[in-house]
Amino acid sequence: MSPRARVPLLLAALAAALLALPHVAGSYVLSVATLALYFAFTGQAWNVMMGFAGQLSLGHSLYVGLGAYAAAALFVKFGIGPWAGIWLAMAVCVAAGAAIGLLAFRFGISGVYFALLTIAFAEFTRIGFDHIGWLGGPGGLFLKVGQRTSIDLANLRGTPTMFYYVMLALTAGAFALCAWLLRSRAGYYWQAIREDEDAARALGINTFRWKLLAVTISAAMTSFAGVFFAFYYNNLFPEQIFHISQSIEIILGPIVGGVGSLFGPILGAVLLTTLADSLNNLMSAMGWDVPGIKQVFYGVILLLVVMFLPNGIWPPLAKRLGLERKA
Amino acid sequence: MSATLVANVVISGVLTGLLYGLMALGLSVIFGVVRVVNFAHGEMMTIAMYAAVLLFGAFRLDPILAALPVAALFFAIGYALQAGLINPFITRPEHSQFILLVAVATILTNVMLMVFGPDARSVQTDYQLDSWAIGQIIVDKARVYAALCALATTAGLFAFFRFSRTGTAIRACADNHLGARIVGLDVKHLYALTFGLGAACVAIAGCMMTLLVEVAPSLGPSYTLLGFVIVIVGGLGSMPGALLGGVLIGVSEALAGLFIDPSAKSMISFALLIVVLLFRPQGLLGRTT
Repeated sequence: MSPRARVPLLLAALAAALLALPHVAGSYVLSVATLALYFAFTGQAWNVMMGFAGQLSLGHSLYVGLGAYAAAALFVKFGIGPWAGIWLAMAVCVAAGAAIGLLAFRFGISGVYFALLTIAFAEFTRIGFDHIGWLGGPGGLFLKVGQRTSIDLANLRGTPTMFYYVMLALTAGAFALCAWLLRSRAGYYWQAIREDEDAARALGINTFRWKLLAVTISAAMTSFAGVFFAFYYNNLFPEQIFHISQSIEIILGPIVGGVGSLFGPILGAVLLTTLADSLNNLMSAMGWDVPGIKQVFYGVILLLVVMFLPNGIWPPLAKRLGLERKA
Repeated sequence: MSATLVANVVISGVLTGLLYGLMALGLSVIFGVVRVVNFAHGEMMTIAMYAAVLLFGAFRLDPILAALPVAALFFAIGYALQAGLINPFITRPEHSQFILLVAVATILTNVMLMVFGPDARSVQTDYQLDSWAIGQIIVDKARVYAALCALATTAGLFAFFRFSRTGTAIRACADNHLGARIVGLDVKHLYALTFGLGAACVAIAGCMMTLLVEVAPSLGPSYTLLGFVIVIVGGLGSMPGALLGGVLIGVSEALAGLFIDPSAKSMISFALLIVVLLFRPQGLLGRTT
């Protein structure tokens, strides 16, 4: 079978499995799957910026947090539901991304310096939100927990199955968007910029504008994850949602899976989430309830992946499965 | 608010800042030569602090004296880390290096959590609560000792890079990697040496820091971020810049604690970082490449 025929087949099988999951799995597996999809989604959003356009962001928690707080504030303070709230969340995140991009790219900041700038903005905002009393400050902002048995899609209050399907739809949407972007004019320009920015500029590409577009699209996508986070967990703390560990968790999936590829972020997120979860179970089964031991294993596995599979797991796997498109 | 109070706060900020500067110096030296950003720097700092606390607990060894064996140990660990683990990564993309060091940092923090538990520990020397009064200005003895050690270490490192043959060779590697290899320098060895020196700096800074604050595993990531802020403000790769950045951040933290709110102090540091990145991305004393 040619690679062109295999990819849709694989996608169809994957979609069928994911759609059927809530009917066969228990609530515990479903919560793990929802988490895996969440990281698959945020990983794809991050991948637009780093994988496609080559701009390393280590501060994506900024967009998760801003998106979450924007929608949650509208809901808690004014009773405005998430479908309206998402517009505010997106606007805030796009504005923040555009501001960072404008400043950084106008002043010619790139590479490590750009990455550290994104950390600085996220940290600045984290401490800032600790001092906004109206939004609860360090004490947190809480959403009223709705009925866990009935489904109210308009206010995003409902069963775990509903949240699973919402996250699945978001992930599928992000996948379609990324596949389209990668084949669009923007996608080719981004890849040119990623490979050699000076050469891209010499060819007449307005690198400033296209890099800015990558940041704003990535920020807008991440705002959806923020809104989901707010309505799924029902509580927001600046220390948690804006924290740098949140940013790192977002980027681990795509890096382990394969930066710049379409399937990499999804594969990486699913692998890491299942791995973290099975480690958890294994540890409690063995009676090793030492705090920190899970993270040590996690770190070791990360170390091994980055040492021996520098391009992530997906590229060699794709080759093995015969999914490589011929150049 | 009296001028004396402000002067007291500024002086204590300068002294703490010198210690911050020594910690950041390690980060800066490593980046300046090896071109790898050590994302596990704060974690190394925290381990050094634990080493000082343990040596104090076991032998009543003053952290100032403990700095010597801890620095030697860290030099060896740093050398091995660079030669064994990081060296294959120096030609890899930045995000690859980043993940490697994040993995190292995750392992270090959580091993500390497993071994020492989440509670804070500290040393109790007899001079920690003492201070000198010069007119109305009161300075803590511990802070002065820590700052003096930081200055002495920095001076030693400056002299090493300026006057010794090995130091000159390391600077040659930093200036021109290919050129250094062509003239026959053992770049891998020199890189490992540099990483070892950076680790030794952070070890001494960590030992001294136990005189000022309690240690807990959660300190690691915040010291890493603090180190980044300082070296970027001062100039990544610039040795005087790290010291200047340390003092600036030390003073601005102290003043923010006084005038705004103690919990807002790192916000001021990050604001300073953003301003410096935008208007002078190479840092205050950094060179443009």
